[in-house]
Amino acid sequence: MRFRLLPFLMLLGGGSLQAQGPTFGIGRTPTAEEIRAWDISISPTGEELPPGRGTATEGALVYLVRGCVGCHGATAIDGAAPRLVRREAGPDVDPWNLGRILPIRSPYATTVWDYINRGMPLGDEGTLTADEVYALTAYMLYLNDVIAEDAVMDAQSLPMVQMPNRDNWAPLPDWKPGMPRLPGYPH
Amino acid sequence: MGSNQPDRRVFLKRGAALAGGLTLGAAEPVIREATASGQSVEEQSQEVQEAPDYSSDELIAYGERSPHVTSVREPVNGRPSPDDFGLVFHIGTPLGDQVGPITPSSLFYFGTTRGSIVPDIDPAEHRLMIHGMVDRELIFTMDELKRFPSVTRLHFIECAGNRSNSRHSRIVESHGMTSCAEWTGVLLRTLLEEAGVQDGGTWIVAEGVEEVKGASSLPMAKAMDDILVAYAMNGEPLRPQQGHPLRIVVPGFEGILSVKWLRRIKVVDRFYMTYNDYGHLRQDSDQAALLNQVGPKSVITYPSAGQQLPGNGFYEVRGLAWSGGGVVSRVEVSTDGGESWMDADFRGTPQRMAHTAFSFNWTWDGTEKVLMSRCTDELGQVQPTRAQLEGGLDNSIQPWRIAGDGSVHNAI
Repeated sequence: MRFRLLPFLMLLGGGSLQAQGPTFGIGRTPTAEEIRAWDISISPTGEELPPGRGTATEGALVYLVRGCVGCHGATAIDGAAPRLVRREAGPDVDPWNLGRILPIRSPYATTVWDYINRGMPLGDEGTLTADEVYALTAYMLYLNDVIAEDAVMDAQSLPMVQMPNRDNWAPLPDWKPGMPRLPGYPH
Repeated sequence: MGSNQPDRRVFLKRGAALAGGLTLGAAEPVIREATASGQSVEEQSQEVQEAPDYSSDELIAYGERSPHVTSVREPVNGRPSPDDFGLVFHIGTPLGDQVGPITPSSLFYFGTTRGSIVPDIDPAEHRLMIHGMVDRELIFTMDELKRFPSVTRLHFIECAGNRSNSRHSRIVESHGMTSCAEWTGVLLRTLLEEAGVQDGGTWIVAEGVEEVKGASSLPMAKAMDDILVAYAMNGEPLRPQQGHPLRIVVPGFEGILSVKWLRRIKVVDRFYMTYNDYGHLRQDSDQAALLNQVGPKSVITYPSAGQQLPGNGFYEVRGLAWSGGGVVSRVEVSTDGGESWMDADFRGTPQRMAHTAFSFNWTWDGTEKVLMSRCTDELGQVQPTRAQLEGGLDNSIQPWRIAGDGSVHNAI
């Protein structure tokens, strides 16, 4: 038995050594430019945000010029596309009762920037400049009474915006293999 | 067809030769079907004459299903599809027609944030990048990915919106947004170990290459456990609607997390709150805990609402069971509205986070009955009744009512 175990133990030892380096040596290292071009998911810390800036006033113009108005309507509540504003609900309403309005429900303003950047305009995605995305984000946040009309949004200020839901959501439990959906919960 | 229509006599001769020789077994069920519906064999022959030219290059190259098999997918909840923007959001699979645990690729349910806009990706040009908090940033071609050790596993994918309500009159509406395929690909763990995850890399962001570049955050523990970077389903490359040429399959988690058209995995140090993530947040921590992992669930697919039993007598009650918690360990069936329960039989060996086919031998006495099924998984989680349901995904027990005339109805 002792001899039979030996190769197995050697395999284990070899495996842990190999964990320090690549096992298969397949693939190549991407260039910094390749990474930068694809690195578009924006952290709540904003670390991936590109240089640029914009205000709500500028955003109102971009909203017209880039055609947002065509689908979302002149007031961002009256188009065929999803409404973007719940301002008329009043300042004291729980944001969770206002539906899935991105610039209200999202805990972080970075998510608003991220989605406009990756997903808009429909059919012409990826064509907005960083300045235009900052401006549109500022406009959406201003329309929902989250920031002032003249507030400048950039890579430093955007992650600092206090969204109504900033701390008003339940984190997911720390998932582990083999765990039930909820401890003590039968379903 | 026009001038391409084969000469009828030639065709009949060929058909007779086939029936008499190679495909005797295949021909038999057609005749039985015809007899059961009261058709004569002569009438049956008339229909066969309308069949396509079996010598055409198209049919030699790629087999199609019989024109008599008409099972199709449907938009879910009667939403207009495509909508005002040319988008289709959720298309359900006809579970009531399904036989066995695997959903045919053409009938696999379909849901995306950008609906009908399915990217046309040349696999020769496609790349997967792994970067972020890793020792070695890596980019792979599809051919390179296929050189890694692979696994082939059966897994279901279910949409979080797969909810049953009393307005649903057929199972495609109430349960159609779950499907199961045999997936082949590389374990994400293999690729992450090749890149070397750094300390503090506790989450990943997986992202697609389609127009909206759909992205989701996933915990590293899941990524290192069983997430599959899949390039094939049901023995062939992924279908375009299912992420061709590459997707992740996140076993047992909400469908939206199984990112399609995958081009990037970034190792990060926190929940990234992507657009997809934020839409699934909850205020209450218990509600939040019920997200992600699909609960134990089952449904009887035959007889199910919208179907018709021809009369009293013997039936094999059939259905599917699955759980995000692992292997289905038990399925029970009730024929009296939940008063009493009896164990169903598994058809095939249950597998982790996979549709598991079950059956139950039943003789219907012709009186009104309510049929239900109840799933228990390897963690001991039991499928709840609708009254017990506490939010999250709808994994509640589905009752079907068999009326005295054999018609089957939603009994919610």
